[in-house]
Amino acid sequence: MSHDHDHDNELDPFAARVRALETILTEKGLIDPAAIDVIVDTYEIKVGPRNGARVVAKAWVDAEFAAWLKRDATAAIASLSYTGRQGEHMQAVFNTEETHNLVVCTLCSCYPWSVLGLPPVWYKAPPYRSRAVIDPRGVLEEFGLTLPAATKIRVWDSTAELRYLVVPMRPEGTEGWSEERLAELVTRDAMIGTGLAKEPA
Amino acid sequence: MNRHEGALPVGFDEPVFAEPWQAEAFAMTVALHDKGLFSWSEWADALSAEVKKPGAASDGHDYYEHWLAALESLLSAKGVAGKSDVDALAAAWERAAHATPHGKPILLENDPGPTAGRIRTA
Repeated sequence: MSHDHDHDNELDPFAARVRALETILTEKGLIDPAAIDVIVDTYEIKVGPRNGARVVAKAWVDAEFAAWLKRDATAAIASLSYTGRQGEHMQAVFNTEETHNLVVCTLCSCYPWSVLGLPPVWYKAPPYRSRAVIDPRGVLEEFGLTLPAATKIRVWDSTAELRYLVVPMRPEGTEGWSEERLAELVTRDAMIGTGLAKEPA
Repeated sequence: MNRHEGALPVGFDEPVFAEPWQAEAFAMTVALHDKGLFSWSEWADALSAEVKKPGAASDGHDYYEHWLAALESLLSAKGVAGKSDVDALAAAWERAAHATPHGKPILLENDPGPTAGRIRTA
């Protein structure tokens, strides 16, 4: 090739370091590059927040499942085959007229991946991590969610061992809906607590 | 929406990974945990130590840079990959990229090597 560098590839320093780690770990038999692609695919595309939406929809229609979810979320969620890779315990926190729940990880960015996929950018950013605890009402307003002054906001701080899933309130006007249809109303933000379930169109 | 200092980052629904290396760093961490190289608490501690360092961007765009630094420090502490080895191999990858014509896959074999002290990789 010529010395025309415009046609060369470049790896930025971070990408080069990741390749270096991959090389070392592959040589040591600690990772399999094909398995790495599968993991990315699983979390980015296959999991998403859809698993969590199905958990919430089932809790809305099945009182027995809701009670189990409240008592032992780890087992109730595992019964739907959504088990965490990190072996973390799950706790489901239910929104009511009196109390709205909001999940944060002030330490780093612990997140219930098995039900919600990968965390959104803002969840990992310092402003959310610090302000959700200090001023949850203000943070929710920035998300466009203004709660009645009488509604209490309870903030749950995730850890490596315990992750939280918010179960939003079932919207009015959805009586008789199937689980599949209800799951469409359950957004990722509703399960973090920065939003509510969507209203039926 | 009034965006004062410390406001939540824009782009609520942008992709979780801005670049492929971020996804790879994430997946390597999950795979190494599955392999039992470290516990999830150890990982949370390592990541927490990085993201708490002063100078973290308020929009979180450098989050995976912290993630990568945490992974490197954990692998170094475990004696799996020392910093100097990673430095040398990363430099080899950068040279290999530079020596690879555009549109061709970048392979470590394409590294023409530094002027002196080339490391062995295989």
